Amino acid sequence: MLAIMKRDFRSYFNSPIAYVLIGLYMLLLGLFFNSLISYGISDIISEFVANMSGLLLLIIPILTMRSMAEDKKNGTEVLLLTSPVRVTEIVLGKYFASFCVFLVMTAASLIFPLIVIIAGKPDIMLIISSYLGYILIGAVYISLGVFASSLTENQIIAAIISLVSIFLIQNIGYLASFFSGFLSKAFLWISILDRYLDFNKGIIDLTSIVFMISYAAVFVFLTVRVIERKRWSQG
Amino acid sequence: MISTYSHNPLIFLSDCTTYAGRDYMIEIQNLTKEYGRIKAVDNISFNVNKGEILGFLGPNGAGKSTTMNILTGFISSTSGVVKIAGMDILENPVEVKKHIGYLPEHPPLYLDMTVNEYLDFCANLKALPLKKWKSQKKDIMELVKITHVSHRLIKNLSKGYKQRVGLAQALVGSPEVLILDEPTVGLDPKQIIEIRNLIKALGKKHTIILSSHILPEVSAVCDRVIIINKGKIAAIDTPDNLSKTLTDFSRFTVTIEGPENKVRNIISNIHGVKYLETGNKIRDNEYSYIVEADKDKDVRKPLFNQLAQQGFPILELKSLNLSLEDIFLQLTTNEEKEAI
Repeated sequence: MLAIMKRDFRSYFNSPIAYVLIGLYMLLLGLFFNSLISYGISDIISEFVANMSGLLLLIIPILTMRSMAEDKKNGTEVLLLTSPVRVTEIVLGKYFASFCVFLVMTAASLIFPLIVIIAGKPDIMLIISSYLGYILIGAVYISLGVFASSLTENQIIAAIISLVSIFLIQNIGYLASFFSGFLSKAFLWISILDRYLDFNKGIIDLTSIVFMISYAAVFVFLTVRVIERKRWSQG
Repeated sequence: MISTYSHNPLIFLSDCTTYAGRDYMIEIQNLTKEYGRIKAVDNISFNVNKGEILGFLGPNGAGKSTTMNILTGFISSTSGVVKIAGMDILENPVEVKKHIGYLPEHPPLYLDMTVNEYLDFCANLKALPLKKWKSQKKDIMELVKITHVSHRLIKNLSKGYKQRVGLAQALVGSPEVLILDEPTVGLDPKQIIEIRNLIKALGKKHTIILSSHILPEVSAVCDRVIIINKGKIAAIDTPDNLSKTLTDFSRFTVTIEGPENKVRNIISNIHGVKYLETGNKIRDNEYSYIVEADKDKDVRKPLFNQLAQQGFPILELKSLNLSLEDIFLQLTTNEEKEAI
Protein backbone atom coordinates (compact mmCIF):
# COMPACT_ATOMS: atom_id res chain seq x y z
CA MET A 1 0.00 0.00 0.00
CA LEU A 2 2.79 2.41 0.96
CA ALA A 3 4.61 1.70 -2.31
CA ILE A 4 1.57 2.69 -4.37
CA MET A 5 0.86 5.71 -2.21
CA LYS A 6 4.43 6.99 -2.50
CA ARG A 7 4.53 6.45 -6.25
CA ASP A 8 1.24 8.22 -6.87
CA PHE A 9 2.09 11.09 -4.57
CA ARG A 10 5.39 11.61 -6.35
CA SER A 11 3.71 11.35 -9.72
CA TYR A 12 1.45 14.31 -8.84
CA PHE A 13 4.56 16.42 -8.37
CA ASN A 14 6.36 14.95 -11.40
CA SER A 15 3.66 16.37 -13.61
CA PRO A 16 2.42 19.95 -13.63
CA ILE A 17 -0.96 18.93 -12.20
CA ALA A 18 -0.11 19.42 -8.51
CA TYR A 19 1.56 22.78 -9.10
CA VAL A 20 -1.21 24.08 -11.32
CA LEU A 21 -3.84 22.96 -8.81
CA ILE A 22 -2.08 24.45 -5.79
CA GLY A 23 -1.36 27.66 -7.68
CA LEU A 24 -4.97 28.04 -8.82
CA TYR A 25 -6.22 27.16 -5.36
CA MET A 26 -4.00 29.72 -3.64
CA LEU A 27 -4.94 32.40 -6.13
CA LEU A 28 -8.67 31.90 -5.58
CA LEU A 29 -8.19 31.71 -1.81
CA GLY A 30 -6.29 35.00 -1.91
CA LEU A 31 -9.19 36.64 -3.75
CA PHE A 32 -11.70 35.24 -1.23
CA PHE A 33 -9.59 36.37 1.66
CA ASN A 34 -9.20 39.82 0.23
CA SER A 35 -12.93 40.29 -0.28
CA LEU A 36 -13.75 38.88 3.18
CA ILE A 37 -11.39 41.36 4.79
CA SER A 38 -12.76 44.29 2.83
CA TYR A 39 -16.34 43.38 3.86
CA GLY A 40 -15.15 43.26 7.46
CA ILE A 41 -16.81 39.98 8.43
CA SER A 42 -16.23 39.13 12.08
CA ASP A 43 -15.87 35.30 11.96
CA ILE A 44 -13.49 35.68 9.12
CA ILE A 45 -11.76 32.30 9.34
CA SER A 46 -14.79 30.02 9.55
CA GLU A 47 -16.34 31.98 6.68
CA PHE A 48 -13.09 31.62 4.78
CA VAL A 49 -12.88 27.87 5.38
CA ALA A 50 -16.48 27.48 4.25
CA ASN A 51 -15.46 29.13 0.98
CA MET A 52 -12.51 26.77 0.75
CA SER A 53 -14.76 23.76 1.04
CA GLY A 54 -16.99 25.17 -1.69
CA LEU A 55 -13.94 25.39 -3.88
CA LEU A 56 -13.32 21.66 -3.37
CA LEU A 57 -16.17 21.01 -5.81
CA LEU A 58 -13.75 22.09 -8.55
CA ILE A 59 -10.46 21.04 -7.03
CA ILE A 60 -11.16 17.45 -6.00
CA PRO A 61 -12.40 16.18 -9.40
CA ILE A 62 -9.19 17.45 -11.03
CA LEU A 63 -7.10 16.00 -8.22
CA THR A 64 -8.61 12.53 -8.35
CA MET A 65 -9.52 12.11 -12.00
CA ARG A 66 -6.32 10.27 -12.86
CA SER A 67 -6.01 8.10 -9.81
CA MET A 68 -7.58 4.93 -11.20
CA ALA A 69 -8.34 5.96 -14.79
CA GLU A 70 -4.72 6.58 -15.75
CA ASP A 71 -3.59 3.10 -14.71
CA LYS A 72 -6.38 1.59 -16.72
CA LYS A 73 -5.48 3.60 -19.80
CA ASN A 74 -1.72 2.98 -19.62
CA GLY A 75 -2.09 -0.71 -18.85
CA THR A 76 -0.23 -0.33 -15.58
CA GLU A 77 -3.35 -1.70 -13.91
CA VAL A 78 -2.06 -5.14 -14.94
CA LEU A 79 1.13 -4.55 -12.98
CA LEU A 80 -0.76 -3.61 -9.84
CA LEU A 81 -3.35 -6.38 -10.07
CA THR A 82 -0.81 -9.12 -10.76
CA SER A 83 1.43 -8.02 -7.89
CA PRO A 84 1.14 -9.75 -4.55
CA VAL A 85 -1.06 -7.01 -3.08
CA ARG A 86 -4.76 -7.04 -2.35
CA VAL A 87 -7.10 -4.80 -4.29
CA THR A 88 -8.03 -3.00 -1.08
CA GLU A 89 -4.40 -2.05 -0.59
CA ILE A 90 -4.17 -0.73 -4.14
CA VAL A 91 -7.25 1.45 -3.70
CA LEU A 92 -6.16 2.69 -0.28
CA GLY A 93 -2.71 3.52 -1.62
CA LYS A 94 -4.26 5.57 -4.41
CA TYR A 95 -6.73 7.18 -2.03
CA PHE A 96 -4.11 8.29 0.47
CA ALA A 97 -1.85 9.61 -2.30
CA SER A 98 -4.63 12.02 -3.36
CA PHE A 99 -5.42 12.74 0.27
CA CYS A 100 -1.80 13.70 0.97
CA VAL A 101 -1.76 16.15 -1.95
CA PHE A 102 -4.95 17.57 -0.51
CA LEU A 103 -3.20 17.93 2.87
CA VAL A 104 -0.32 19.77 1.22
CA MET A 105 -2.83 22.20 -0.30
CA THR A 106 -4.54 22.59 3.05
CA ALA A 107 -1.20 23.30 4.71
CA ALA A 108 -0.48 25.98 2.12
CA SER A 109 -3.81 27.63 2.90
CA LEU A 110 -2.83 27.99 6.56
CA ILE A 111 -1.04 31.17 5.65
CA PHE A 112 -4.37 33.03 5.69
CA PRO A 113 -5.39 32.09 9.26
CA LEU A 114 -1.82 32.88 10.24
CA ILE A 115 -2.25 36.43 8.96
CA VAL A 116 -5.42 36.77 11.01
CA ILE A 117 -3.71 35.39 14.12
CA ILE A 118 -0.85 37.86 13.75
CA ALA A 119 -3.11 40.79 13.06
CA GLY A 120 -5.88 40.09 15.57
CA LYS A 121 -7.22 37.79 18.25
CA PRO A 122 -9.36 35.14 16.57
CA ASP A 123 -10.88 32.12 18.34
CA ILE A 124 -8.16 29.47 17.86
CA MET A 125 -10.51 26.58 18.68
CA LEU A 126 -12.90 27.76 15.98
CA ILE A 127 -10.09 27.74 13.43
CA ILE A 128 -9.10 24.21 14.46
CA SER A 129 -12.65 22.95 14.31
CA SER A 130 -13.28 24.58 10.92
CA TYR A 131 -10.14 23.04 9.51
CA LEU A 132 -11.00 19.63 10.94
CA GLY A 133 -14.38 19.76 9.23
CA TYR A 134 -12.69 20.90 6.05
CA ILE A 135 -10.23 18.00 6.07
CA LEU A 136 -13.01 15.51 6.78
CA ILE A 137 -15.24 16.75 4.00
CA GLY A 138 -12.21 16.71 1.71
CA ALA A 139 -11.65 13.07 2.66
CA VAL A 140 -15.22 12.25 1.64
CA TYR A 141 -15.00 14.11 -1.66
CA ILE A 142 -11.72 12.40 -2.51
CA SER A 143 -13.29 8.98 -1.95
CA LEU A 144 -16.05 10.01 -4.38
CA GLY A 145 -13.47 11.19 -6.89
CA VAL A 146 -11.44 7.97 -6.66
CA PHE A 147 -14.63 5.98 -7.07
CA ALA A 148 -15.59 7.98 -10.17
CA SER A 149 -12.10 7.45 -11.54
CA SER A 150 -12.46 3.69 -11.22
CA LEU A 151 -15.56 3.71 -13.43
CA THR A 152 -13.84 4.84 -16.61
CA GLU A 153 -10.48 5.05 -18.29
CA ASN A 154 -11.17 8.55 -19.53
CA GLN A 155 -9.94 11.17 -17.08
CA ILE A 156 -12.27 13.90 -18.33
CA ILE A 157 -15.30 11.68 -17.86
CA ALA A 158 -14.01 10.73 -14.41
CA ALA A 159 -13.71 14.41 -13.51
CA ILE A 160 -17.25 15.14 -14.71
CA ILE A 161 -18.73 12.18 -12.82
CA SER A 162 -17.03 13.22 -9.60
CA LEU A 163 -18.02 16.86 -10.06
CA VAL A 164 -21.65 15.90 -10.50
CA SER A 165 -21.63 13.46 -7.60
CA ILE A 166 -19.90 15.90 -5.25
CA PHE A 167 -22.49 18.48 -6.23
CA LEU A 168 -25.29 16.00 -5.48
CA ILE A 169 -23.80 15.05 -2.12
CA GLN A 170 -23.46 18.72 -1.22
CA ASN A 171 -27.06 19.48 -2.03
CA ILE A 172 -28.78 16.35 -0.84
CA GLY A 173 -29.97 18.13 2.32
CA TYR A 174 -31.66 20.70 0.11
CA LEU A 175 -33.54 17.88 -1.66
CA ALA A 176 -34.98 16.86 1.70
CA SER A 177 -37.19 19.95 1.76
CA PHE A 178 -39.09 18.62 -1.27
CA PHE A 179 -40.15 15.50 0.58
CA SER A 180 -41.78 14.73 3.88
CA GLY A 181 -41.68 11.88 6.36
CA PHE A 182 -39.23 9.03 5.84
CA LEU A 183 -37.62 10.28 2.61
CA SER A 184 -36.96 13.68 4.05
CA LYS A 185 -35.39 12.12 7.13
CA ALA A 186 -33.29 9.78 5.02
CA PHE A 187 -31.98 12.61 2.87
CA LEU A 188 -31.18 14.69 5.92
CA TRP A 189 -29.44 11.75 7.52
CA ILE A 190 -27.07 11.19 4.61
CA SER A 191 -26.61 14.93 4.12
CA ILE A 192 -22.99 15.73 4.66
CA LEU A 193 -23.19 19.51 4.54
CA ASP A 194 -25.19 19.93 7.76
CA ARG A 195 -22.64 17.96 9.71
CA TYR A 196 -19.87 19.93 8.09
CA LEU A 197 -21.49 23.21 9.11
CA ASP A 198 -21.42 22.07 12.75
CA PHE A 199 -17.64 21.94 12.56
CA ASN A 200 -17.69 25.31 10.96
CA LYS A 201 -19.62 26.69 13.94
CA GLY A 202 -17.04 25.27 16.32
CA ILE A 203 -18.89 22.11 17.34
CA ILE A 204 -16.65 19.04 17.28
CA ASP A 205 -18.95 16.02 17.49
CA LEU A 206 -17.45 12.53 17.58
CA THR A 207 -20.44 11.00 15.75
CA SER A 208 -19.92 13.46 12.93
CA ILE A 209 -16.27 12.51 12.69
CA VAL A 210 -17.20 8.82 12.55
CA PHE A 211 -19.93 9.63 10.04
CA MET A 212 -17.56 11.39 7.66
CA ILE A 213 -14.92 8.67 7.89
CA SER A 214 -17.55 5.99 7.26
CA TYR A 215 -18.77 7.95 4.26
CA ALA A 216 -15.28 7.88 2.77
CA ALA A 217 -14.87 4.20 3.69
CA VAL A 218 -18.06 3.28 1.84
CA PHE A 219 -16.79 4.78 -1.41
CA VAL A 220 -13.36 3.23 -0.99
CA PHE A 221 -15.12 -0.10 -0.54
CA LEU A 222 -17.28 0.52 -3.62
CA THR A 223 -14.15 1.29 -5.64
CA VAL A 224 -12.67 -2.05 -4.59
CA ARG A 225 -15.89 -3.75 -5.67
CA VAL A 226 -15.83 -2.05 -9.08
CA ILE A 227 -12.31 -3.31 -9.74
CA GLU A 228 -13.07 -6.81 -8.47
CA ARG A 229 -16.25 -6.99 -10.48
CA LYS A 230 -14.43 -6.10 -13.68
CA ARG A 231 -12.07 -9.03 -13.19
CA TRP A 232 -14.96 -11.44 -12.80
CA SER A 233 -17.02 -9.99 -15.62
CA GLN A 234 -18.42 -12.14 -18.37
CA GLY A 235 -18.75 -9.35 -20.88
CA MET B 1 2.40 -37.43 -30.52
CA ILE B 2 -0.23 -34.91 -31.29
CA SER B 3 -2.96 -34.91 -28.78
CA THR B 4 -6.14 -33.04 -29.34
CA TYR B 5 -7.22 -32.56 -25.77
CA SER B 6 -10.63 -31.15 -26.30
CA HIS B 7 -11.66 -33.92 -28.68
CA ASN B 8 -9.93 -36.95 -27.32
CA PRO B 9 -9.74 -37.39 -23.57
CA LEU B 10 -7.85 -40.69 -23.88
CA ILE B 11 -4.89 -39.14 -25.57
CA PHE B 12 -4.93 -36.43 -22.95
CA LEU B 13 -4.72 -39.03 -20.20
CA SER B 14 -1.85 -40.85 -21.83
CA ASP B 15 0.02 -37.60 -22.16
CA CYS B 16 -0.46 -36.97 -18.49
CA THR B 17 1.06 -40.26 -17.48
CA THR B 18 4.21 -39.39 -19.37
CA TYR B 19 4.87 -36.77 -16.74
CA ALA B 20 3.33 -38.55 -13.80
CA GLY B 21 5.34 -38.54 -10.63
CA ARG B 22 7.08 -35.26 -11.38
CA ASP B 23 6.33 -31.97 -9.71
CA TYR B 24 4.40 -29.67 -11.94
CA MET B 25 5.17 -26.00 -11.61
CA ILE B 26 1.95 -25.04 -13.33
CA GLU B 27 -1.19 -27.16 -13.46
CA ILE B 28 -4.19 -26.17 -15.49
CA GLN B 29 -7.36 -28.23 -15.54
CA ASN B 30 -10.45 -27.64 -17.64
CA LEU B 31 -9.91 -23.93 -17.81
CA THR B 32 -12.75 -22.02 -19.44
CA LYS B 33 -13.37 -18.30 -19.83
CA GLU B 34 -16.60 -17.10 -21.32
CA TYR B 35 -17.40 -13.61 -22.49
CA GLY B 36 -21.12 -13.73 -22.91
CA ARG B 37 -21.69 -16.45 -25.49
CA ILE B 38 -18.14 -16.43 -26.76
CA LYS B 39 -15.75 -18.91 -25.23
CA ALA B 40 -12.38 -17.18 -25.30
CA VAL B 41 -10.79 -20.18 -23.62
CA ASP B 42 -12.56 -23.49 -23.96
CA ASN B 43 -11.78 -26.31 -21.56
CA ILE B 44 -8.01 -26.20 -21.70
CA SER B 45 -5.83 -28.53 -19.63
CA PHE B 46 -2.07 -28.82 -19.51
CA ASN B 47 0.83 -29.01 -17.13
CA VAL B 48 4.22 -27.37 -17.15
CA ASN B 49 7.23 -28.95 -15.52
CA LYS B 50 9.82 -27.18 -13.47
CA GLY B 51 12.42 -25.50 -15.63
CA GLU B 52 10.50 -26.00 -18.84
CA ILE B 53 10.01 -23.38 -21.54
CA LEU B 54 6.54 -23.78 -22.95
CA GLY B 55 5.50 -21.99 -26.11
CA PHE B 56 1.99 -20.81 -26.68
CA LEU B 57 1.29 -20.54 -30.33
CA GLY B 58 -1.81 -19.37 -32.06
CA PRO B 59 -3.30 -16.82 -34.42
CA ASN B 60 -4.45 -13.49 -33.08
CA GLY B 61 -7.50 -13.83 -30.89
CA ALA B 62 -6.92 -17.52 -30.23
CA GLY B 63 -7.03 -17.06 -26.47
CA LYS B 64 -3.32 -16.84 -25.67
CA SER B 65 -3.46 -13.56 -23.81
CA THR B 66 -6.69 -14.49 -22.05
CA THR B 67 -5.10 -17.69 -20.75
CA MET B 68 -2.05 -15.78 -19.57
CA ASN B 69 -4.18 -13.16 -17.88
CA ILE B 70 -5.95 -15.91 -15.99
CA LEU B 71 -2.69 -17.61 -15.01
CA THR B 72 -1.40 -14.38 -13.52
CA GLY B 73 -4.61 -13.62 -11.68
CA PHE B 74 -5.38 -10.47 -13.64
CA ILE B 75 -8.76 -11.80 -14.69
CA SER B 76 -10.69 -14.72 -13.32
CA SER B 77 -11.72 -17.85 -15.14
CA THR B 78 -15.35 -18.91 -15.62
CA SER B 79 -14.47 -22.41 -14.49
CA GLY B 80 -11.46 -24.64 -14.09
CA VAL B 81 -8.46 -24.89 -11.82
CA VAL B 82 -5.13 -23.09 -12.03
CA LYS B 83 -2.39 -24.18 -9.66
CA ILE B 84 1.01 -22.59 -9.51
CA ALA B 85 3.70 -24.17 -7.34
CA GLY B 86 0.93 -26.37 -5.95
CA MET B 87 -1.29 -23.47 -4.83
CA ASP B 88 -4.67 -22.57 -6.26
CA ILE B 89 -4.77 -19.05 -7.66
CA LEU B 90 -8.30 -18.41 -6.44
CA GLU B 91 -7.73 -19.70 -2.92
CA ASN B 92 -4.40 -18.07 -2.36
CA PRO B 93 -3.98 -15.21 -4.83
CA VAL B 94 -1.43 -13.08 -2.96
CA GLU B 95 0.85 -16.04 -2.24
CA VAL B 96 0.62 -17.35 -5.81
CA LYS B 97 1.42 -13.94 -7.30
CA LYS B 98 4.71 -13.93 -5.39
CA HIS B 99 5.84 -16.80 -7.61
CA ILE B 100 4.95 -15.14 -10.90
CA GLY B 101 6.67 -12.55 -13.03
CA TYR B 102 4.44 -11.29 -15.82
CA LEU B 103 5.23 -9.35 -18.94
CA PRO B 104 1.86 -8.52 -20.52
CA GLU B 105 1.39 -7.77 -24.20
CA HIS B 106 1.87 -4.06 -23.55
CA PRO B 107 4.58 -3.60 -20.94
CA PRO B 108 2.94 -1.95 -17.90
CA LEU B 109 5.27 1.02 -17.56
CA TYR B 110 4.86 4.29 -15.72
CA LEU B 111 6.10 6.71 -18.35
CA ASP B 112 6.74 9.51 -15.90
CA MET B 113 9.32 7.52 -13.93
CA THR B 114 12.95 6.77 -14.62
CA VAL B 115 13.95 3.15 -15.14
CA ASN B 116 15.55 3.13 -11.69
CA GLU B 117 12.49 4.53 -9.94
CA TYR B 118 10.21 2.16 -11.80
CA LEU B 119 12.13 -0.97 -10.88
CA ASP B 120 12.41 0.20 -7.27
CA PHE B 121 8.65 0.63 -7.26
CA CYS B 122 8.13 -2.89 -8.60
CA ALA B 123 10.44 -4.27 -5.91
CA ASN B 124 8.45 -2.32 -3.32
CA LEU B 125 5.19 -3.70 -4.68
CA LYS B 126 6.55 -7.21 -4.34
CA ALA B 127 7.77 -6.30 -0.86
CA LEU B 128 11.37 -7.38 -1.45
CA PRO B 129 13.80 -6.74 1.39
CA LEU B 130 15.92 -3.71 0.49
CA LYS B 131 19.29 -5.45 0.79
CA LYS B 132 18.30 -8.36 -1.40
CA TRP B 133 16.86 -6.00 -3.98
CA LYS B 134 19.95 -3.80 -4.18
CA SER B 135 22.16 -6.68 -5.24
CA GLN B 136 19.52 -8.15 -7.52
CA LYS B 137 18.73 -4.92 -9.29
CA LYS B 138 22.24 -4.62 -10.68
CA ASP B 139 22.13 -8.17 -12.02
CA ILE B 140 18.75 -7.73 -13.66
CA MET B 141 19.71 -4.47 -15.32
CA GLU B 142 22.88 -6.02 -16.68
CA LEU B 143 21.02 -9.11 -17.84
CA VAL B 144 18.54 -7.16 -19.98
CA LYS B 145 21.15 -4.50 -20.81
CA ILE B 146 19.43 -1.42 -19.49
CA THR B 147 22.11 -0.26 -17.04
CA HIS B 148 23.10 2.65 -19.27
CA VAL B 149 19.54 3.98 -19.54
CA SER B 150 18.70 3.56 -15.86
CA HIS B 151 18.49 7.30 -15.21
CA ARG B 152 16.32 8.12 -18.17
CA LEU B 153 12.58 8.67 -18.12
CA ILE B 154 10.77 5.65 -19.50
CA LYS B 155 8.70 7.79 -21.87
CA ASN B 156 11.90 8.80 -23.68
CA LEU B 157 13.02 5.23 -24.32
CA SER B 158 12.62 3.43 -27.64
CA LYS B 159 10.16 0.60 -28.05
CA GLY B 160 12.88 -2.02 -27.72
CA TYR B 161 14.15 -0.57 -24.47
CA LYS B 162 10.64 -0.26 -23.09
CA GLN B 163 10.19 -3.94 -23.81
CA ARG B 164 13.40 -4.69 -21.92
CA VAL B 165 12.31 -2.62 -18.96
CA GLY B 166 9.05 -4.59 -19.02
CA LEU B 167 11.06 -7.81 -18.98
CA ALA B 168 13.22 -6.50 -16.14
CA GLN B 169 10.01 -5.81 -14.23
CA ALA B 170 8.94 -9.43 -14.65
CA LEU B 171 12.32 -10.57 -13.31
CA VAL B 172 12.13 -8.47 -10.14
CA GLY B 173 12.24 -10.78 -7.17
CA SER B 174 13.43 -13.67 -9.35
CA PRO B 175 10.03 -15.44 -9.45
CA GLU B 176 10.00 -19.15 -10.25
CA VAL B 177 7.46 -18.75 -13.03
CA LEU B 178 7.82 -16.26 -15.86
CA ILE B 179 4.87 -15.57 -18.11
CA LEU B 180 5.81 -13.59 -21.18
CA ASP B 181 3.16 -12.43 -23.62
CA GLU B 182 4.77 -11.88 -27.01
CA PRO B 183 8.09 -10.76 -25.56
CA THR B 184 9.72 -9.93 -28.90
CA VAL B 185 6.92 -8.00 -30.53
CA GLY B 186 8.03 -4.66 -31.96
CA LEU B 187 11.75 -5.33 -31.67
CA ASP B 188 14.30 -5.18 -34.45
CA PRO B 189 15.88 -8.46 -35.66
CA LYS B 190 19.04 -8.01 -33.59
CA GLN B 191 17.07 -7.33 -30.44
CA ILE B 192 14.81 -10.31 -31.14
CA ILE B 193 17.82 -12.63 -31.22
CA GLU B 194 19.14 -11.08 -28.00
CA ILE B 195 15.85 -11.46 -26.19
CA ARG B 196 15.46 -15.05 -27.41
CA ASN B 197 18.90 -15.95 -26.11
CA LEU B 198 18.06 -14.23 -22.87
CA ILE B 199 14.86 -16.27 -22.53
CA LYS B 200 16.78 -19.47 -23.22
CA ALA B 201 19.28 -18.55 -20.53
CA LEU B 202 16.48 -17.73 -18.10
CA GLY B 203 14.90 -21.10 -18.82
CA LYS B 204 17.70 -22.76 -16.86
CA LYS B 205 16.47 -21.25 -13.62
CA HIS B 206 12.83 -20.39 -14.26
CA THR B 207 9.75 -22.07 -15.60
CA ILE B 208 8.62 -20.03 -18.56
CA ILE B 209 5.44 -19.76 -20.57
CA LEU B 210 5.81 -17.62 -23.61
CA SER B 211 3.32 -16.75 -26.29
CA SER B 212 3.91 -15.80 -29.84
CA HIS B 213 2.40 -15.89 -33.25
CA ILE B 214 5.88 -16.06 -34.75
CA LEU B 215 6.69 -19.69 -35.40
CA PRO B 216 10.47 -19.78 -35.77
CA GLU B 217 10.67 -18.05 -32.43
CA VAL B 218 8.75 -20.74 -30.65
CA SER B 219 10.62 -23.58 -32.32
CA ALA B 220 13.94 -21.92 -31.53
CA VAL B 221 13.30 -21.27 -27.86
CA CYS B 222 10.75 -23.69 -26.46
CA ASP B 223 10.97 -27.22 -25.07
CA ARG B 224 7.31 -27.84 -25.78
CA VAL B 225 4.71 -26.11 -27.88
CA ILE B 226 1.00 -25.73 -27.44
CA ILE B 227 -0.86 -24.71 -30.53
CA ILE B 228 -4.06 -23.01 -29.53
CA ASN B 229 -6.88 -22.07 -31.83
CA LYS B 230 -10.29 -20.62 -31.02
CA GLY B 231 -9.72 -21.20 -27.34
CA LYS B 232 -8.94 -24.88 -27.73
CA ILE B 233 -5.67 -26.76 -27.72
CA ALA B 234 -5.05 -28.00 -31.26
CA ALA B 235 -1.76 -29.73 -30.51
CA ILE B 236 0.83 -30.08 -27.80
CA ASP B 237 4.30 -31.58 -28.22
CA THR B 238 7.97 -30.76 -28.71
CA PRO B 239 8.67 -28.71 -31.83
CA ASP B 240 10.64 -31.61 -33.37
CA ASN B 241 7.92 -34.16 -32.76
CA LEU B 242 5.31 -31.84 -34.15
CA SER B 243 7.23 -31.61 -37.41
CA LYS B 244 7.89 -35.37 -37.54
CA THR B 245 4.35 -36.45 -36.82
CA LEU B 246 2.77 -34.40 -39.49
CA THR B 247 5.35 -35.25 -42.11
CA ASP B 248 3.82 -38.55 -43.20
CA PHE B 249 5.40 -38.27 -46.64
CA SER B 250 8.77 -36.97 -47.51
CA ARG B 251 8.71 -34.06 -49.84
CA PHE B 252 11.45 -32.48 -51.88
CA THR B 253 12.01 -30.33 -54.90
CA VAL B 254 14.35 -31.44 -57.59
CA THR B 255 15.71 -29.54 -60.58
CA ILE B 256 16.49 -31.63 -63.62
CA GLU B 257 17.84 -30.89 -67.08
CA GLY B 258 15.83 -32.62 -69.77
CA PRO B 259 12.50 -32.44 -71.64
CA GLU B 260 9.61 -32.10 -69.21
CA ASN B 261 7.40 -34.94 -70.44
CA LYS B 262 10.19 -37.50 -70.47
CA VAL B 263 11.44 -36.57 -67.04
CA ARG B 264 7.94 -36.63 -65.62
CA ASN B 265 7.43 -40.04 -67.08
CA ILE B 266 10.56 -41.40 -65.40
CA ILE B 267 9.78 -39.93 -62.00
CA SER B 268 6.18 -41.03 -61.88
CA ASN B 269 7.18 -44.59 -62.70
CA ILE B 270 9.45 -44.83 -59.68
CA HIS B 271 7.99 -47.09 -57.03
CA GLY B 272 6.84 -45.06 -54.00
CA VAL B 273 6.21 -41.68 -55.63
CA LYS B 274 2.79 -40.45 -54.57
CA TYR B 275 2.68 -37.02 -56.11
CA LEU B 276 4.49 -35.11 -58.79
CA GLU B 277 4.12 -31.54 -59.84
CA THR B 278 6.10 -29.46 -62.28
CA GLY B 279 7.28 -26.31 -60.62
CA ASN B 280 9.10 -23.54 -62.40
CA LYS B 281 10.69 -23.56 -65.76
CA ILE B 282 14.14 -22.37 -64.89
CA ARG B 283 15.76 -22.34 -68.29
CA ASP B 284 15.15 -24.00 -71.65
CA ASN B 285 15.04 -27.72 -71.00
CA GLU B 286 15.47 -27.23 -67.25
CA TYR B 287 12.57 -27.60 -64.82
CA SER B 288 12.03 -27.95 -61.11
CA TYR B 289 9.63 -30.61 -59.83
CA ILE B 290 7.94 -31.15 -56.49
CA VAL B 291 7.95 -34.80 -55.47
CA GLU B 292 6.15 -36.46 -52.60
CA ALA B 293 6.87 -40.07 -51.70
CA ASP B 294 5.82 -42.61 -49.06
CA LYS B 295 7.56 -41.97 -45.80
CA ASP B 296 9.19 -45.38 -45.48
CA LYS B 297 10.67 -45.32 -48.98
CA ASP B 298 13.63 -43.25 -49.96
CA VAL B 299 13.03 -42.56 -53.65
CA ARG B 300 16.07 -40.39 -54.14
CA LYS B 301 18.44 -43.24 -55.09
CA PRO B 302 16.23 -44.82 -57.81
CA LEU B 303 15.48 -41.32 -59.01
CA PHE B 304 19.17 -40.57 -59.44
CA ASN B 305 19.95 -43.93 -61.07
CA GLN B 306 17.16 -43.85 -63.61
CA LEU B 307 17.70 -40.23 -64.58
CA ALA B 308 21.42 -40.85 -64.94
CA GLN B 309 20.74 -43.83 -67.21
CA GLN B 310 18.71 -41.61 -69.51
CA GLY B 311 21.28 -38.86 -69.38
CA PHE B 312 19.17 -36.27 -67.55
CA PRO B 313 21.36 -34.75 -64.80
CA ILE B 314 19.98 -33.70 -61.43
CA LEU B 315 21.09 -30.14 -60.78
CA GLU B 316 19.58 -29.57 -57.37
CA LEU B 317 17.66 -31.52 -54.73
CA LYS B 318 16.15 -29.86 -51.68
CA SER B 319 14.06 -31.25 -48.85
CA LEU B 320 10.64 -29.71 -48.27
CA ASN B 321 9.89 -30.96 -44.79
CA LEU B 322 6.92 -29.41 -43.09
CA SER B 323 7.97 -26.50 -40.97
CA LEU B 324 6.15 -25.63 -37.81
CA GLU B 325 4.51 -22.98 -39.89
CA ASP B 326 2.90 -25.53 -42.20
CA ILE B 327 1.75 -27.52 -39.19
CA PHE B 328 0.33 -24.45 -37.62
CA LEU B 329 -1.58 -23.55 -40.74
CA GLN B 330 -2.70 -27.14 -41.27
CA LEU B 331 -4.00 -27.49 -37.74
CA THR B 332 -5.69 -24.15 -37.54
CA THR B 333 -7.31 -24.38 -40.95
CA ASN B 334 -8.48 -27.96 -40.35
CA GLU B 335 -10.40 -26.71 -37.35
CA GLU B 336 -12.09 -24.19 -39.52
CA LYS B 337 -13.24 -26.85 -41.95
CA GLU B 338 -14.63 -28.88 -39.08
CA ALA B 339 -16.57 -25.91 -37.86
CA ILE B 340 -18.19 -25.45 -41.23
